[in-house]
Amino acid sequence: MSSRREFIRISFIGAGVLAVAPGVLKATGVITDPVKAGDLKVDLKRIPTYCEVCFWKCAGWVYKTSEGNIWKIIGNDEDQHCNGRLCPRGTGGVGMYYDADRLKTPLIRTEERGMQVFREASWDEALNLVASKIKDISSKYGPESLALFTHGSGSAYYTNLFKALGTGNIAEPSYAQCRGPRDDAFFATFGEEAYSPEITDIRDTRCLVLIGSHIGENMHNNQVQEMSDAIDKGATIITVDPRFSTAAGKSKFWLPIKPATDIALLLAWIHEIIYNEYYDKKYVEKYCSGFDQLKTHVKDFTPEWAYGITTIKPDLIRKTAKEMGNASPAVIVHPGRHVTWYGDDTQRVRAIAILNALLGSWGRRGGLYRPAKFTVPIVPVPAYKEPVKTWQDIFPGKYPIASAPVTNLLIEASIPDNKPGFPVKGWFVNGTNLILTIPNQANTIKAIQNLDLLVVVDTMPMEITGWADVILPECTYLERYDALRASPHRRPSIALRMPAAEPLNNTKPGYWIARELAIKLGLGDYFPYEKLEDMLDWQLKKIGSSLEEMKRSGVKNFPRDADDLYFTEEEAVEFSTDSGKIELYSAFFEQSGFDPLPKYVPHEEPAEGFYRLIYGRAPMHTFSRTSNNPNLTDLMHENSVWINPRVAKAWGIKQDQYIWLKNQDNVVSDFPVKVRVTERIRWDSVYMVHGFGHAQKQMKRCFGKGASDTQLITKVLTDPIMGGTGMRGNFVTFITEKTGTEVAS
Amino acid sequence: MRYAMAVDTKKCVGCSDCVVACQTENSVPIGFCRDWVVETTDGTYPQLQTEIRSERCNHCVNAPCVRCCPTGASHYAEGGIVLVAHDKCIGCGACIASCPYDARYAHPKGYVDKCTFCEHRIKVGMSPACVAVCPTKCIYFGDLDDANSNVSVVLKKRKHKTLIPEAGTNPQLYFLI
Amino acid sequence: MKEELIVSGRMNHMVDPNLNIWHWQIPLYLFLGGMAAGILCIAALYYIRGRENDYRTAVRITPFLAPVLLVLGLVALFIDLRHKLFFWQLYTNIRLQSPMSWGAWTLLVITPVSFIWCALHIRDLFPNWDWKYKWLKVLEEFFNKYKKALAWVMLIYGIILGVYTGILLSAFNARPLWNTSILGPLFLASGLSAGAAATLILSKDKEERKQFARIDLVIIGIELFLIIHMFMGFLASTQVQIDAAKMFLGGSYTMVFWIFVVILGMLIPALLEIMELGKYHIPGILPAILVIFGSFMLRFVIVYAGQMSRWLY
Ligand SMILES: Nc1nc2c(c(=O)[nH]1)N[C@H]1C(S)=C(S)[C@@H](COP(=O)(O)OP(=O)(O)OC[C@H]3O[C@@H](n4cnc5c(=O)[nH]c(N)nc54)[C@H](O)[C@@H]3O)O[C@H]1N2
Ligand SMILES: Nc1nc2c(c(=O)[nH]1)N[C@H]1C(S)=C(S)[C@@H](COP(=O)(O)OP(=O)(O)OC[C@H]3O[C@@H](n4cnc5c(=O)[nH]c(N)nc54)[C@H](O)[C@@H]3O)O[C@H]1N2
Ligand code: SF4
Ligand code: SF4
Ligand code: SF4
Ligand code: SF4
Ligand code: SF4
Ligand SMILES: [Mo]
Repeated sequence: MSSRREFIRISFIGAGVLAVAPGVLKATGVITDPVKAGDLKVDLKRIPTYCEVCFWKCAGWVYKTSEGNIWKIIGNDEDQHCNGRLCPRGTGGVGMYYDADRLKTPLIRTEERGMQVFREASWDEALNLVASKIKDISSKYGPESLALFTHGSGSAYYTNLFKALGTGNIAEPSYAQCRGPRDDAFFATFGEEAYSPEITDIRDTRCLVLIGSHIGENMHNNQVQEMSDAIDKGATIITVDPRFSTAAGKSKFWLPIKPATDIALLLAWIHEIIYNEYYDKKYVEKYCSGFDQLKTHVKDFTPEWAYGITTIKPDLIRKTAKEMGNASPAVIVHPGRHVTWYGDDTQRVRAIAILNALLGSWGRRGGLYRPAKFTVPIVPVPAYKEPVKTWQDIFPGKYPIASAPVTNLLIEASIPDNKPGFPVKGWFVNGTNLILTIPNQANTIKAIQNLDLLVVVDTMPMEITGWADVILPECTYLERYDALRASPHRRPSIALRMPAAEPLNNTKPGYWIARELAIKLGLGDYFPYEKLEDMLDWQLKKIGSSLEEMKRSGVKNFPRDADDLYFTEEEAVEFSTDSGKIELYSAFFEQSGFDPLPKYVPHEEPAEGFYRLIYGRAPMHTFSRTSNNPNLTDLMHENSVWINPRVAKAWGIKQDQYIWLKNQDNVVSDFPVKVRVTERIRWDSVYMVHGFGHAQKQMKRCFGKGASDTQLITKVLTDPIMGGTGMRGNFVTFITEKTGTEVAS
Repeated sequence: MRYAMAVDTKKCVGCSDCVVACQTENSVPIGFCRDWVVETTDGTYPQLQTEIRSERCNHCVNAPCVRCCPTGASHYAEGGIVLVAHDKCIGCGACIASCPYDARYAHPKGYVDKCTFCEHRIKVGMSPACVAVCPTKCIYFGDLDDANSNVSVVLKKRKHKTLIPEAGTNPQLYFLI
Repeated sequence: MKEELIVSGRMNHMVDPNLNIWHWQIPLYLFLGGMAAGILCIAALYYIRGRENDYRTAVRITPFLAPVLLVLGLVALFIDLRHKLFFWQLYTNIRLQSPMSWGAWTLLVITPVSFIWCALHIRDLFPNWDWKYKWLKVLEEFFNKYKKALAWVMLIYGIILGVYTGILLSAFNARPLWNTSILGPLFLASGLSAGAAATLILSKDKEERKQFARIDLVIIGIELFLIIHMFMGFLASTQVQIDAAKMFLGGSYTMVFWIFVVILGMLIPALLEIMELGKYHIPGILPAILVIFGSFMLRFVIVYAGQMSRWLY
């Protein structure tokens, strides 16, 4: 028997004895309530962490075997993000540590870019090279010619470094490829964004409306948990999705919408809610502005009008509008998260925001709650130099209301043909696989070919590392300290991540990498602590805690300053919009040259023999980052293309057959993808899970498995308001035979 | 005592957390599993219905795997849990062939393995790993002989079914429908 | 459209996409065991009925094959085990409900019995044989004295062994194709016909050969009857069993089964034997080899096809 099993037995015998003390365990030995190891007050060698497999950042415990090997990761019961239950990806996070294909040591490219020929280097050599190139670019073009692309918890350190260098070009794909339109639309309406984790009070809602949000496949943890609670409590779920999503299967109403027509449906709902007076009159009167303009605007947007566009029966539109009205204000029209779909996304989410306002859900129980965030004291550093030029000067006038730097704009600035205001010549990429993350791969690669420097910090040999000049291997989240997690939630809280194991091979934590580089650049003052844990201890002591305490608890929840999770009855609220009101009619948009009220504009339709390519998440994977994770590939090792049986029949395509996809621009998928013939997808669309089809051979488990949606997204519908990259305007057709391709065995 | 499990197909989202949690908890080798997830879809677009089930050994009351085992390695333990004593198993595969649910696998070390209802955990009052991790809390576990246990209560309240009842195994894994 | 899909897990190549737990070892073991059972039953039966001198080969010579077959069968079984070092656990447990256990214990009895039987007839093969040790001679005398009892033991355990090779499979109600009580008698019959065929090959005595050709004919008739009966049973049963039967009635096992098992393994040898009995000159060894081959194929086809048949998914 393995010694791991022995450990389990030994430690639980100890646990059993002590467990009697709390007296909560049923004496009969009957388990009626889940009791987790966390409850058994014994030292089962557990180390606090928060998860890095996605950006929900659930807090958990890493359990180790008696030999000191990482055994399993379990959610922290005290954590509001997970309530003691990690999602499959968090549970499978162990595979990130054990993946044999991980990056092991710094690498320096020896041949031309894109040819994956690297030599091993010492950290010193690699960082010296990076520092000298950064200095070169900075002196030749100015620091604004440096850009940081980053995602994940290391962002804080590199942001600090780049600000110290004097550049503000710090962009995350979570803005222009993800939730940017949503946050700007909510900001324009409520003067506040929808936050991450979203402020959706799902557990107490009476009606949850999901517009494309595929919760259950999108595994953002406590949302999934609360949706299940809502099902238990009999809440109505309304799902709008061209695909019969998992959530649709749990819904009372599923609206099988024709893709790209959601704004028409939303306008019809607004019409119904206003003209049938389902809206929260007191709330609207008290808090909202622009109601009359809105009412006039939607006058003709009847369910019949919307039917012709969306293919949703008028009766169903009416019924669901009424259902929302009945549940008001305990209703959530989910703001969505990945909302960069068709280029009119800010306007679509504006319609969602308006709907929430009409139903009075913002600031109400069962609607959208008021988040609270714990402010962690910041270690004082010298003042940052004010950047001489910012990303807004690259293409003056573009994306006037973008509230954060736009990744794709920085990429455009690296292509001389685009005549940017100034060129971006050096990229520092941390924790984002730009090749699979940003649509129009050819464009990204063209930009890369014009760079003087591309540095990539990653844990895995991904597509982006293949293009790097210097690869800096970071250890995984299980092997390092990171900044305290302080995300907004119902209660303010912080969580600690500390190493459960020594970094494997010659990998290093992000903080160390950023600091060493800063020292080499003469910016060491910006990193006053040699060790991150000393900084954490300083921060924690400032707030009356300590690293010691956090090592034991992992999570610390604080009381709210005031009992203000929801607006109180009759509360006078000053919103952070220009008018101080919820702006149904956006004067701000109008001033910036955009429609103050959302309009439906038809989108391009697929040509004969082509199908709209839509994509989403699989619950057991995160983007492209988990495709090689041994535990998670066990659950799903390739994606498939969902095809309606009618379409499959017309093409003579069989279940489980492998085919290639070709898009409207004649781009053919590198790899064949398995067909799933299923009624769950419309006949005018095909569906794929994002993150597969890796062309990086060093990832042995996932190389060539499935197809990459990103590769087929060559046409980008850019949102003129904030620069978001709409990715669902691409159409594919099928190729059943292809010669001369590499097929993974 | 009669342990049983009930999975709510109305809440299960098929995320497979139960599968990977079992794998890490019980050191199930990569490439094998003790539980798995099945999804069925019925109907024609847009008139559709899905059912999602997290499946594992049914801990059958009338277990063919126990009956056919030549060494007694497969046996009933306390509470009706069907277990395999690894050091009694010869790896003949008879039990694998005998299980109508295909719930067993041959461990690379030679013996046959399967869901144990996490008896090492329930012995000390913890719930099985898959139950404890499930984000939708859709798995209920407990003692059927105790009318107040979670599982008894939910089975009383909700319509449910078992898989292949016609195989006569009397499964103790229920699905709420 | 109805879709049923394993979303995750069950990446278990021994059960998906179909049961794949048993390979050549088990059908070989069943065949060898069945043939040995056939040989021993026939020998015991004729001995008990006092026809030893009429059917000398069957009683005294052919049984020499049995221990060889049994040992080879045991080797095949052993190779199949995945946890080999625990093999002995078979003999510290008696599990009355487990055919596998029955088989193990039966082999434990019948293998030594078959050795003893051979020892008693060793001089038929090696006329100058001499037991080197005295105690062996004492033993020989002892068994000679109780040869009739020994023959009874051999007959009973031979039948058990023969039936067991079929029961082993039919006990698995999880596999619709195997879940029929006909497999027991069918495999016993098939073992007997293979046993009879062995004598047909070895015997030089015309009368004995004629007798065994007749025996073979009768058994083949019985087998054909059982096969028809089996399919009728399946077709009148539940959908899963109808599906199981369909593998042989148009499905993927149709060709192998009807050509190799039924036509080559039963009908042609039967025809040849009828012709031989009818005084045509046929090389006697040919039908016998075909019968043995058919018996061998029957095990393979049933073991493999059975693994394809299932209840779920
Ligand atoms: N398991 C898992 N969970 C994740 C992630 C992950 O990688 N893995 N990533 C996380 C992140 S960062 C994000 S941003 C979120 C994204 O998750 P969501 O915000 O839920 O993403 P969407 O793009 O809205 O979801 C895709 C769904 O939109 C549907 N859809 C496609 N076209 C249309 C259309 O025109 N109209 C409508 N109404 N629906 C359409 C698709 O069928 C699919 O069901 O997921 C988060 N959760
Ligand atoms: N086609 C298409 N494109 C999309 C989406 C889509 O659905 N379809 N979704 C969009 C959305 S919503 C988002 S949020 C973005 C997400 O975009 P990304 O954040 O780029 O997503 P990943 O593909 O997971 O890439 C993350 C990279 O970080 C690395 N990594 C993982 N852990 C660590 C770590 O601890 N340290 C470091 N340094 N690196 C680490 C991984 O190996 C991987 O290379 O993608 C967007 N792009
Ligand atoms: S939702 Fe899942 S992957 Fe994301 S942080 Fe939480 S446990 Fe990790
Ligand atoms: S963890 Fe729960 S929701 Fe997820 S597949 Fe398993 S039973 Fe279903
Ligand atoms: S499900 Fe299979 S393995 Fe489990 S007890 Fe029943 S027959 Fe045995
Ligand atoms: S494989 Fe092991 S548990 Fe299964 S029947 Fe054989 S000895 Fe018993
Ligand atoms: S009860 Fe335990 S062994 Fe059985 S499936 Fe769940 S986690 Fe695995
Ligand atoms: Mo995202």
